[in-house]
Amino acid sequence: MAKGKSKKGTGQKRFGGFWVNGGLIIICLLWTIPVLGLLISSFRDRLDINSSGWWTVFPHQDWVEVDKITPGPEVDRNAPMTFEGVTGTFEDFTKGIESNGQRLQWIGNRRIGYLEVQKYQWTANTAFTLENYKQVLASGDYTAQLKDGTTETQIGDNMGRTFLNSLAVAIPATVIPIFFAALAAYGFAWMRFPARRMAFALVIALLAVPLQVALVPLLRDDLTIGINGTYLAVWLAHTGFGLPLATYLLYNYISGLPRDILESSFIDGASHYTIFVKHILPLSVPALAAFAIFQFLWVWNDYLVALIFIGASPTNQVLTQRLAEIVGSRGQDWHLLTAGAFVTMLLPLAVFFGLQRFFVRGLLAGSVKG
Amino acid sequence: MATTMPRSIPPDVARGGSGASRLVLPLLALLASLAILVGGFVLLRDLQTQQSSSVSPIVTAGLAILWGVGGLVLLFVTLYQVVERLPKPWPARLEPWVFVGPALIMLIWTLALPALRTFILSLQDANSVSFVGFQNYLGVFSDQGMLTVFRNNLLWMLFGTSLTVSFGLLVAVLADRSRFETLAKSLIFLPMAISFVGAGVIWNFVYAAKPVDAPQIGLLNSIVVGLGGQPQAWTAFNPPWNNFFLIAIVIWLQTGYSMVLFSAAIKGIPAEILEAARVDGATEPQVFFQIMIPYIMGTIITVGTTIIIFTLKIFDVVIVMTGGQYGTSVIATEFYRQYFTYNNNGYGSAIATILLIAVMPVMAYNLRQFAQREVF
Repeated sequence: MAKGKSKKGTGQKRFGGFWVNGGLIIICLLWTIPVLGLLISSFRDRLDINSSGWWTVFPHQDWVEVDKITPGPEVDRNAPMTFEGVTGTFEDFTKGIESNGQRLQWIGNRRIGYLEVQKYQWTANTAFTLENYKQVLASGDYTAQLKDGTTETQIGDNMGRTFLNSLAVAIPATVIPIFFAALAAYGFAWMRFPARRMAFALVIALLAVPLQVALVPLLRDDLTIGINGTYLAVWLAHTGFGLPLATYLLYNYISGLPRDILESSFIDGASHYTIFVKHILPLSVPALAAFAIFQFLWVWNDYLVALIFIGASPTNQVLTQRLAEIVGSRGQDWHLLTAGAFVTMLLPLAVFFGLQRFFVRGLLAGSVKG
Repeated sequence: MATTMPRSIPPDVARGGSGASRLVLPLLALLASLAILVGGFVLLRDLQTQQSSSVSPIVTAGLAILWGVGGLVLLFVTLYQVVERLPKPWPARLEPWVFVGPALIMLIWTLALPALRTFILSLQDANSVSFVGFQNYLGVFSDQGMLTVFRNNLLWMLFGTSLTVSFGLLVAVLADRSRFETLAKSLIFLPMAISFVGAGVIWNFVYAAKPVDAPQIGLLNSIVVGLGGQPQAWTAFNPPWNNFFLIAIVIWLQTGYSMVLFSAAIKGIPAEILEAARVDGATEPQVFFQIMIPYIMGTIITVGTTIIIFTLKIFDVVIVMTGGQYGTSVIATEFYRQYFTYNNNGYGSAIATILLIAVMPVMAYNLRQFAQREVF
């Protein structure tokens, strides 16, 4: 980055000191800790997730079990009990009683519970597992192995299949609008025809239209032609909703291409078709890639359009729908929510880290998405 | 496909024929590609509407890409060939529409007409049978619940926008002077890749509340309890303040966007101007407020407008976090509830139309910018 600055020639880059870097680090931590918590939790045993914060996977000081006392059946649980010289009721022991640097705590229920002898020392909860992921990806019932040796059978969330559904929605919904938009952008940039200004003004006006106004009439058309609940309906919707921005961005890029290359082709007698395929498309790859990433992330992360056009049809549901469904029906099952959320984020994060440069370029080129 | 297709109809052969006959081959090809498109459409529709079908979504997607993209390319190429062979001056007249036509048809069908149809629906009753004039609008503006909804959207627009812009500006300025610029910007930008539903889960987990005597697993409540406070259900208590816990999520998601635009704008300020001001004895706050801010005002307006529109349409975050309960409902969630829960088409359409009217100033601004453009 220092290189970029020195191009301007006046003096060196002024690096900030403590306050600049300190402030930046605090903001970065604020921004990354929520994601880190989700990622760590998704690998934790479900018993752990619900009984301790995810930050306890890092070394910290806490009461750690060093010994175990199993009271015999002769001990009256309803009266004060004495263990290792400490007396207390069942309720006292459940909360834990401290004495001589150790703590006695009753674990489990009154009848068949046991006492833990705990010492305050450095520890870390590092029991990690892949069971949460296996469960959310599984179709049909899945029997998870828990940390304490027991098993738990729940219906899997079938996110493996749902992941494929998301791909099936997102890829065509990215490619089709780009094709339409590239053609239109070329037409607007390099051809002269009546009503050209008006047609482009329509594109501009539609840039800011909230897609909510279009949902219901479009849904009715889908019902009429019988594609409600299918991918087709979602592709059409995303194509339409993505087109204003796509056309606008690609127009800006294509109209800025050097005129002389194209004009010499015209003089050689090349048709518009040849020029579009042989010159415009190859030259526009950066803009096409930037918009492709933009649209792909938008479609992948979309919830509203999928909710309306796919609806409750379970075989065609996409990841955001499935995740929202888990939030609605099992909002306290953090082992499913954390793993499920991470499954939905996997591909966008990969795209993001792999192609960040193009993505930023796309953002800088356009501003408003309907 | 795009490059092989025209070769199958060699131009010199076609040109050899008389006026009408040289159109025959391209016309047949055009009809064939239309048939392919319609046939593929019916096939795909039936593949997907059969609930019992065990066709893998990847097979469907593969077919769809082949059909959708291939079919469209085929249609474009054959249509182009037909237009090229028409008697003069028709090729020159129709050619542009072969290029811009498909996009315009899609735009009109999926956006322009539906907007009009929604407006018409908003003048009709709940079942879209008879016209009721502006009664739905009167209903919307006199409904106590809707007033809360509008207030919430106002909170979103005011605080969501100003804080996203401020944080983005702050990070852009700080990062510009740090050795860790690239890393810091990547980290702040990262939430941009996360869906709102995913972000909802992430923040639900941060806000998670357990009973007073149980260990807290949510970060925020754990800090509050650690400082001696009581755990709270942050998004469900004390309206309107719970709205701010939802707004925080969108600030977290969108700051990356505003940072990227501001960062580029700040790097565009000529270094000489900044140096000159510093040499003249301007303090850093003075440089920031009196040189940088005015210089990047255009970007600030662009970012601000984008985020205002965005917060006006906010839907996913609210639906996932609270379902619009506890006084957190916004225009878009209310629209969804009226349409799909209460089946009240008229009322729902009125809400959508209000949303459209709210963004009209932005549309007008965009159009004016376009009208002032000299080269088009």
